[in-house]
Amino acid sequence: MSGLFTEVFLSALLFGAITAAVPLLLAGLGEQISEKAGVLNIGIEGMMIAGAYVGFLGAYLSGSLWLGFLTGGLTGCAVAAVMVLLCVRLGLNQIVIGIGLTLGCEGLTALAHHFQFSRTYPRLDAADVTLIPGLSAIPILGPGLFKHHLIVYLAGALVIVMSLIYRHTQLGLNLQAAGDKPAALDVAGVDVIRTRTIAVLAAGGLAGTGGAYLANIGAGLFVPFITNGAGFLGIVLAMLARGRPIWVLAGAVLFGVCLSLTTAMQVAGLNVPTDIINMLPFASVMLMLVLFGRRASLPAALGLPYQRGAR
Amino acid sequence: MAGIIVLEDVSKRFPGVAANDHVDLSIRPGEVHVLLGENGAGKSTLIDMLSGVQQPDGGRILIDGKATLIASPKQALALGIGTVFQHSMLVPTLTVAENLLLGAPWWQRPRKAELKARLAAISQGLGIKIDSEARAADLSLGEQQQVEILRALLRKSRVLILDESTSMLTPKGIEELGALMRKLADQGLAVIFITHKLKEAVAFGDRITVLKLGRKVGEITSDALRSRSEQAIIAEIVEMMFGRRSSDPDSLRRAARSLPMGTPLLEVRGIALPVGSGHHGLKSISFEVRPGEILGIAGIDGNGQKQLAEVLAGQRKAAGGSIRLGGIELTSLSQGERRALGLRYLTDDRLGEGTVGAFPVATNFFLKIIGSEPLWKHGIEQRGLIETRAAALVQQYDVRTPSVHTPVGRLSGGNIQKLIIARELADGARVVIFNKPTHGLDLANTLATRDRIRSIAEQGLAVVLISTDLEELLALAGRIAVMSGGAITGIVDNGEAAYNTIGRLMIGLAA
Amino acid sequence: MILERIGLTLGPIAVALVIAGIILIAAGVDPLAYYAYVVQRGLFSWIGLQQTLTRMAPLLFVAAGLIIAFRAGMWNLGTDGQFLLGAVTAAAAAPFLVELIPVWLAVLASMVLATLVAAAWSLLPALLRAYQGVNEIITTLMMTFLGTSFANVLVKLVFLDPATTVPQTRTLSVENRLPRLFGTTITSGLLFGLVAVVIVHLIMTRTAFGLKLRVTGANPRAALHAGLSVPSLTLAVFALSAGLAGLAGAIDILGVYGNVRADWNPAYGMAVIPVVFLARMNGYAAIAFVFLFSVLSIGGESAARRLGVPQDFTLVFVAVTLIVLALAEYIAQRLTAAREA
Repeated sequence: MSGLFTEVFLSALLFGAITAAVPLLLAGLGEQISEKAGVLNIGIEGMMIAGAYVGFLGAYLSGSLWLGFLTGGLTGCAVAAVMVLLCVRLGLNQIVIGIGLTLGCEGLTALAHHFQFSRTYPRLDAADVTLIPGLSAIPILGPGLFKHHLIVYLAGALVIVMSLIYRHTQLGLNLQAAGDKPAALDVAGVDVIRTRTIAVLAAGGLAGTGGAYLANIGAGLFVPFITNGAGFLGIVLAMLARGRPIWVLAGAVLFGVCLSLTTAMQVAGLNVPTDIINMLPFASVMLMLVLFGRRASLPAALGLPYQRGAR
Repeated sequence: MAGIIVLEDVSKRFPGVAANDHVDLSIRPGEVHVLLGENGAGKSTLIDMLSGVQQPDGGRILIDGKATLIASPKQALALGIGTVFQHSMLVPTLTVAENLLLGAPWWQRPRKAELKARLAAISQGLGIKIDSEARAADLSLGEQQQVEILRALLRKSRVLILDESTSMLTPKGIEELGALMRKLADQGLAVIFITHKLKEAVAFGDRITVLKLGRKVGEITSDALRSRSEQAIIAEIVEMMFGRRSSDPDSLRRAARSLPMGTPLLEVRGIALPVGSGHHGLKSISFEVRPGEILGIAGIDGNGQKQLAEVLAGQRKAAGGSIRLGGIELTSLSQGERRALGLRYLTDDRLGEGTVGAFPVATNFFLKIIGSEPLWKHGIEQRGLIETRAAALVQQYDVRTPSVHTPVGRLSGGNIQKLIIARELADGARVVIFNKPTHGLDLANTLATRDRIRSIAEQGLAVVLISTDLEELLALAGRIAVMSGGAITGIVDNGEAAYNTIGRLMIGLAA
Repeated sequence: MILERIGLTLGPIAVALVIAGIILIAAGVDPLAYYAYVVQRGLFSWIGLQQTLTRMAPLLFVAAGLIIAFRAGMWNLGTDGQFLLGAVTAAAAAPFLVELIPVWLAVLASMVLATLVAAAWSLLPALLRAYQGVNEIITTLMMTFLGTSFANVLVKLVFLDPATTVPQTRTLSVENRLPRLFGTTITSGLLFGLVAVVIVHLIMTRTAFGLKLRVTGANPRAALHAGLSVPSLTLAVFALSAGLAGLAGAIDILGVYGNVRADWNPAYGMAVIPVVFLARMNGYAAIAFVFLFSVLSIGGESAARRLGVPQDFTLVFVAVTLIVLALAEYIAQRLTAAREA
């Protein structure tokens, strides 16, 4: 047990937890925007993996991680645009289309990867880290929390930004109204379809960026099905967070710690089965649902297409 | 004086629903213009077109003398047309201030301070007091309505449309709203006030337009309103609204004056229901209905009528009280058991809960007896028998449908109602509860439905008839119970004085 | 009416074949050659056809379970977890039971156990949905992640076969597995699967119970108005749906694999969901689509080895078909509405 509580171990654990949490955080924040506006975005897993592949491609070809995030985010937006067209504009079933998009993106990225990289399996170099002056020198916490790529801090800042948007901007009010009572938003003179379009595109962009992070920094390479349910976890986080970005962050870190714990324990040579640790976050969330299920509230118009004047 | 808004020959059609049929209208500043008409007269559709929710199929709308297409709610607002809809259009999870701020450019910070200053200035002049930090869901319906009026004023509306605004209000609230409309009109606004209540129309209006089945059937000018007595005006409006009565003896025939004797078939004692989301609850409801009797239940919509019907049918569990049918206590019985004893309930929400729109006519006939013999044998559907029975019911009740396989959602409202009537009257009905049976039907189907109700009472069934249409109740019921705020405020024998008495009871005044 | 339905199904498949073909061209593969190879391997070669029919067995059970859930308006997205737990249960029980009781009884008992375990696994989402109104999409997804890990825990820690180095359960010997059909390699699970789908289809379309479920799915408020006990129907739907997914796992283990290896997850559930959508939740159509999907899977697996096109292409094709079909239905509805107006 001596190896368990060493500084190196703990800071590695923290570092891994943050690395694992960032994609979940981005996907969860994205899904939260979409759900707030009333669109249940089951396609987020597909947007994420599309972002992971193209983001990796962008970073690999250009040599710039930032271009990777940009291309990943844009790809997520592009998949989201299909969702917008089919579900927001035409009002098709959000669950059917979401599952279709997820499967399609999983298949397409696996195909594309096969034809481009199946022989080479290229890796990206380890990401440059940005040290936060002062804080990074703190033992344990410093190397764990403050020695990450710049985008990690940006993702953290996004939590605050989203909270501010929800609470202190007209956009935030519009999003909430679009999910809770779209007809009221419409008669107030705001286009419900456009509001939901923005929300779903934003969700796609964030999920795509999260996917790019997962491939470029989390793994350093793309493998088919790399997201492995991370997008679905984002859905779960968004549904549990009840509209509060800070709870998405809390949930993402909880999952991140559990994911990181498995690798960290193996590194430490401990023989605790990874699968038991993998179960922890899900088990705790189910427990929370059993205890607080009645109070979990979702937007009233979630999953329902909006059509003006429909009777 | 020329109108701000002029409707010329405006028409709007929906499949199977009475909408607007060549309507002309002129809305002037400084006037409270009442649009009066029964349910289904086309008032709401007219409002939808003025507020940009729907667009007319024919005719045109002139604004300041120019033909204008009001393509969206946003455009209506920009044109200075503010609407307070019948159902609250506030986002329940947002505060009053946030609701009022909806509609500003999306990138802005909500300008709460500026809003509060403007709000204070406007509401002070009108004597309205609202906490702008309260959540909309926590406001009373009257307060929500005031917020929506404030919203229209904040948007500098020149035209304020109020759709059935008094249906959810207390008598005091109605009075206050009347005073508020007067003030607004005096400030130069054009106010359009939609109602189906005669007295309100006469009390608050400077001009009254009467709509019936989508058509404008008359207009009473401000001169006429000033110069003539209230009674004379009401008589004239009644003539306009129910003019067909003279040519249609059926709707005139009043219920038999001698009330049926004999032991009550349905006895309701002290039914109570706690206040729930969206309803007042029920407070110690008691009444009885004899065989052959039609007991009317009057009241403003949303005063507990639907909850009462659901409690009687077993769809909702009462907190206390007893319901007896022919002496048998029903409170512990399920919906199916009550149905088997002969208690039937026809919901007012025919497509929302009465039928499954995507399912065929045949299935919908037997929705409430799924699994029972002989249509199902040991749980297995006897398709041939079901279709034969359905075909017989289609014939017997004159349901106009291409076939028994047609999805119910494709039928007109009147035919869906016939299907529901057939379903509920079949196999030993003894007590039948109708909830707003003619709501949204056209005249022919309305009259047919009323005939049906009358004839089943004549066959000796006990009928509970819930309706918001007082004329309907006066035409059919022997006695009329009046509900207000979840309680029965009085039970009145149908007769000469009934109209006025019921009107007073409906708004919570003592008879 | 029926012709229109068939046209509305085959049309989108044809369109999807073209779109997927364009993707193949973009990847530098001749789509005609690829399609021909897939059909040849999955359908027209005897070995391939036997594999295709064997693959159908678990897929049919999963499809049967999904038809019940979706028709009742409940989104059971957790069939993968339920499948795996059923598989592990059967893999643990069968080798143990064959030593105690007659083989046929042991196999049967394993199937029943697998069904019960999977049904129990769905109890929590079912209770939460029935009595608390908690969205079942989130809970079934959570339970599927949880179940996947739990199945691995069981394989690696509880039911580990000490005799092998690879972490896996004890193996049910070939002679004790479900019989193969008429001297072929096709598992008799296929017959059970076909029977399961047909029975489910008949229950859903011909019985009072099925009608009650369909009413609940099509209009929950009408179900309440008609006096149906929606909470108990909800519990029944989840138990049946999950139970059939668990049975699918048992059939795959008892008929084909004989054991569960650690980290084995064929993810049939996620693949069958779109198949059931494509079939519009009709049992007979589901059989046809499961067959088509199996041909594509088996043919695709061969093509992966021979032509170098990964079998993930099957996923792309299914997804494209699903989206094109949803669009086609939308357009058909619009046309009908325009005709009536």
